Amino acid sequence: MNAKRMDLIATIVIDLIVASVVGILFFLLAYILSAGLPHVSWSFLTGATDAFSGAGGIGVQLFNSFYLLVLTMLISVPISLGAGIYLAEYAKDNWRTSLIRSAIEVLSSLPSVVVGLFGFLLFVVKFKIGFSVISGAIALTFFNLPLLTRNIEESLSAVSRSQREAGLSLGLSKWKTELGIILPVALPGIVTGIVLSAGRVFGEAAALIYTAGQSAPVTNFADWNPMDPASPLNPFRPAETLAVHIWKVNTEGLASNAAALSAAASAVLIIAVLLFNLGARLLGSYLYRRVTASK
Amino acid sequence: MLKEYSYEETAVQTFDDKMPLAMRTENMQVFYGNNHALFDANLAFPKNQITALIGASGSGKSTYLRSLNRMNDGIATVTGRIWYHGVNVNEPGVNIYEIRRHIGMVFQRPNPFAKSIRENIVYALRANGIKKKDELAKRVEQSLKGAALWDEVKDNLDKSALSLSGGQQQRLCIARSIAMAPDVLLLDEPCSALDPISTVKVEETLLELQKKYTIIIVTHNMQQASRISSQCAFFHLGHIMEYAPTGTMFSNPQIPVTQDYISGSFG
Repeated sequence: MNAKRMDLIATIVIDLIVASVVGILFFLLAYILSAGLPHVSWSFLTGATDAFSGAGGIGVQLFNSFYLLVLTMLISVPISLGAGIYLAEYAKDNWRTSLIRSAIEVLSSLPSVVVGLFGFLLFVVKFKIGFSVISGAIALTFFNLPLLTRNIEESLSAVSRSQREAGLSLGLSKWKTELGIILPVALPGIVTGIVLSAGRVFGEAAALIYTAGQSAPVTNFADWNPMDPASPLNPFRPAETLAVHIWKVNTEGLASNAAALSAAASAVLIIAVLLFNLGARLLGSYLYRRVTASK
Repeated sequence: MLKEYSYEETAVQTFDDKMPLAMRTENMQVFYGNNHALFDANLAFPKNQITALIGASGSGKSTYLRSLNRMNDGIATVTGRIWYHGVNVNEPGVNIYEIRRHIGMVFQRPNPFAKSIRENIVYALRANGIKKKDELAKRVEQSLKGAALWDEVKDNLDKSALSLSGGQQQRLCIARSIAMAPDVLLLDEPCSALDPISTVKVEETLLELQKKYTIIIVTHNMQQASRISSQCAFFHLGHIMEYAPTGTMFSNPQIPVTQDYISGSFG
């Protein structure tokens, strides 16, 4: 077989593989959306769920998902930013650093249901916090930290060494160089990573079943005092999220239209995750243009 | 095959007391781990002159240069003394950030920050406590004029520095260094990534800058050394073999290794 023919065959095979990957994705999306979207309505998106049968709208769950996401990010972004900066810039190449790296790797490979059970035993039972937004947020932080740390470390390491030298040669301290010169360049990558991980956190169910709980008590959306038990912002109330709701409706839902309900909720979930992905791209390129002043 | 040369036979000039010096090194040694990279470096740099450090790749000239403003901290071990204004700046207790503000550096590859042209210059100034808008604007203009870049960028100061050409970027890096009002400027092969026209511009800039600054430039382009420098030091495998006024060095090198290098036998 001559080289030209070989090349042609290889190209066709690779094209087919790519086409099948894209095809599977589109098929999945089309299936989920076509099954679910017809059942999505404004009252479904904002309505309350019947606690017994699981029928009704997903308003509270949708809010819970976003609230839990915000809380999780508030906890996990600062921690992983610190860890990422440490690993990329300050960690010496020795056994301690490699221990930290393997610890992060192990943490990232923990099954989310195990993380959820751990959160259940520690926060819900031992610390007596109960099924709550905060227990869920901490469990999700465990789940989120390793990937976020890795992403931040990689974004920082990708910035050229010569930028660091430029900062140091101007008499800037290492920290000032890091904060003012390296971090802005790495920021688009970091933000993209954060938003993508937000998509993952948004769709996570297993880690939340035992931590944030499976009930969505009706909350009073006129009450924004986080200390009030009925307030949606109260971090100590149980908070079933959208992903958990889908799981619950499918396994123990008693509503006659359970299949349609879960299909509709799945469609909403998928759309939210897609929006996160799209948002990550747009925000990343916007930030890049902003910080580098290339308009 | 590279000939063996005796390291005993060197011709390093010294200056008498009347010559004002910007800085001086005494018995400087540099080690990368166990690798002894630079041996007994004794050089003195006259004020307001351009000194060129020449030599083949791996001769230790960049290593020497980077040690002068302590950029080798954490990378190599530097022993010996570096005299700057009567202070040995190679002591552990010396404020290296302060030193680097006085001894600026420009690197081989242009490395402007991914910020606007103006921000490139004012960022470090602000970090050093200069906050007044008019003072910053004045420094931007002065330094860009000093680096002969002002006319090309004065209408686009808010454009990204990365949109400039390589030569413009390098002159921006020079401007960024001189905006700190240093007294010595170290340049590590600043033209090796530039085209000939940009090189000429940078060289003209340096000739102009020597009126205000002491310039030490590493180059492996001998024509460049002869065009712009007043003093010239030749490095060979970590040893400083000859140090003389540039004219003398190129017309009448004193020792065999310099003669061979300048005539193009190696390097």
